[in-house]
Amino acid sequence: MERTILHCDCNNFYASVECLYHPELRGIPVAVAGDSQLRHGIVLAKNYEAKKCGVKTGNPLWLARQLCPNIVFVRPHFDLYMNFSKMCREIYSQYSDRVEPYGLDECWIDVTGSTWLFGSGAAIANSIREKIKSELGITISVGVSFNKVFSKLGSDYKKPDATTIIPFNDFRKIVWPLPVSSLLFVGRATASLLERKCIDTIGKLAQTDRRYVKDWLGKCGETLWLYANGYDTSPVAAIGEQPVIKSIGNSTTMPRDLINYDEMKITLMVLSESVAARLRQHNLQCETVQISIRGTDLSWIERQEKLAAPCCDSTTIYLKAYELLKKHHQNGKPVRSLGVRACNLSLRRFDQMSFIPSVQKSRSHEAVEEVLDNLRSRFGNKIVQRGIMLTDAALSALDPQTNYHNLVLSTVHSQ
Amino acid sequence: MAKKYIDVAAHFDTNGQIIPIIFWWDNGKCYRIDRVTEIRRAASLKAGGTGIRYTCRILGKNRYLYYDDYARKWFVEINENF
Repeated sequence: MERTILHCDCNNFYASVECLYHPELRGIPVAVAGDSQLRHGIVLAKNYEAKKCGVKTGNPLWLARQLCPNIVFVRPHFDLYMNFSKMCREIYSQYSDRVEPYGLDECWIDVTGSTWLFGSGAAIANSIREKIKSELGITISVGVSFNKVFSKLGSDYKKPDATTIIPFNDFRKIVWPLPVSSLLFVGRATASLLERKCIDTIGKLAQTDRRYVKDWLGKCGETLWLYANGYDTSPVAAIGEQPVIKSIGNSTTMPRDLINYDEMKITLMVLSESVAARLRQHNLQCETVQISIRGTDLSWIERQEKLAAPCCDSTTIYLKAYELLKKHHQNGKPVRSLGVRACNLSLRRFDQMSFIPSVQKSRSHEAVEEVLDNLRSRFGNKIVQRGIMLTDAALSALDPQTNYHNLVLSTVHSQ
Repeated sequence: MAKKYIDVAAHFDTNGQIIPIIFWWDNGKCYRIDRVTEIRRAASLKAGGTGIRYTCRILGKNRYLYYDDYARKWFVEINENF
């Protein structure tokens, strides 16, 4: 049976919400941007007026101002965006019990079983668009197709406030002429590799021998080939279905460039504490610790190493992160941003008792940190702090657990 | 059009529904809401924001009263030079 899958994408989500709350900003170029004082000064989202001037997401503020002199920068309000995202999902869930979020502003909806109640996929898409516009005051683009990949393509096809239908009979005519980079999971590196092989459209990828694509790109290549041919059969997750967490990480751009290790230690400790607390919150432990280092020239490296035993305490994570930093970072070279990530996660309930002293120490740290978690949940994250935090107020002011924009939670969906 | 937050007295019924009864203007004058004819979520494009919109009958005229359930405040749309 042919499925009917919708992909709903909120147009310029952050900027649209800001313009809704500030009617005086409508019609003029607006960008939602981070705080330049804290060196987070990049464009996070922009409206169509700013886009017309050439402003792009990720542009530094000076460049955005150069491209568009009358641009207005507004500070982000993540709580508000999360509330809008929740309200959007509530509207989607009126049409189906299969609603799978893809970030804050995008969702897949499987309405195969609802077409008897609400009409065709296109009718449901239009109804959702109208509802979101009248109830929430923002616009969405909807793609309607028979699989998730093409419905996502459809929502990107025509913007803003539009419905694009990619039917099974006609998908070759609509999808195949599109550039290969518009296909889901084709990033810059994959697109340039395919271009070197003279594959610049989705159609050319679909018509290439599957074995060649697998040879060039491995398993991912085979998946992309299936997507290009319309063979994506992945289901849309049900409402409330929790995605499996693959890794938990936090990163931050420091208020100033850090040169000596004593300063970096503070940031690593703040990040490790947050990562460990979030691991315990999800009842997980990690086997691998990964760090990311960005220099002042914006060069970026990621290094990881395995732990002696799985853990979820900040001390063990911090010690490994610091060890990695000393091993892979050239002493004296300034650092702009740091990140700590816990990978290779497993559930804590399969924990085995150990006679190894370092593991026993880690367990006792975990017990202490659980008490700290309890205190922090009641009185705030600053109620108990490590002594190292008192050495630099500016660096230890970072509170990754409560700042949404610093939070990086990687997930994969169970298939 | 601008947004004006106002004080409201409301009835919370056993089904969890909130019905406004009286509201106060900043000059201290209070207005009784005769009837609520429609309740729905709606965006206020004129004043900015979204909320539960109550279409109210006040002194023989229909007026919109919004409950911003995120900020937990009541507001109305007014003319800028009001």
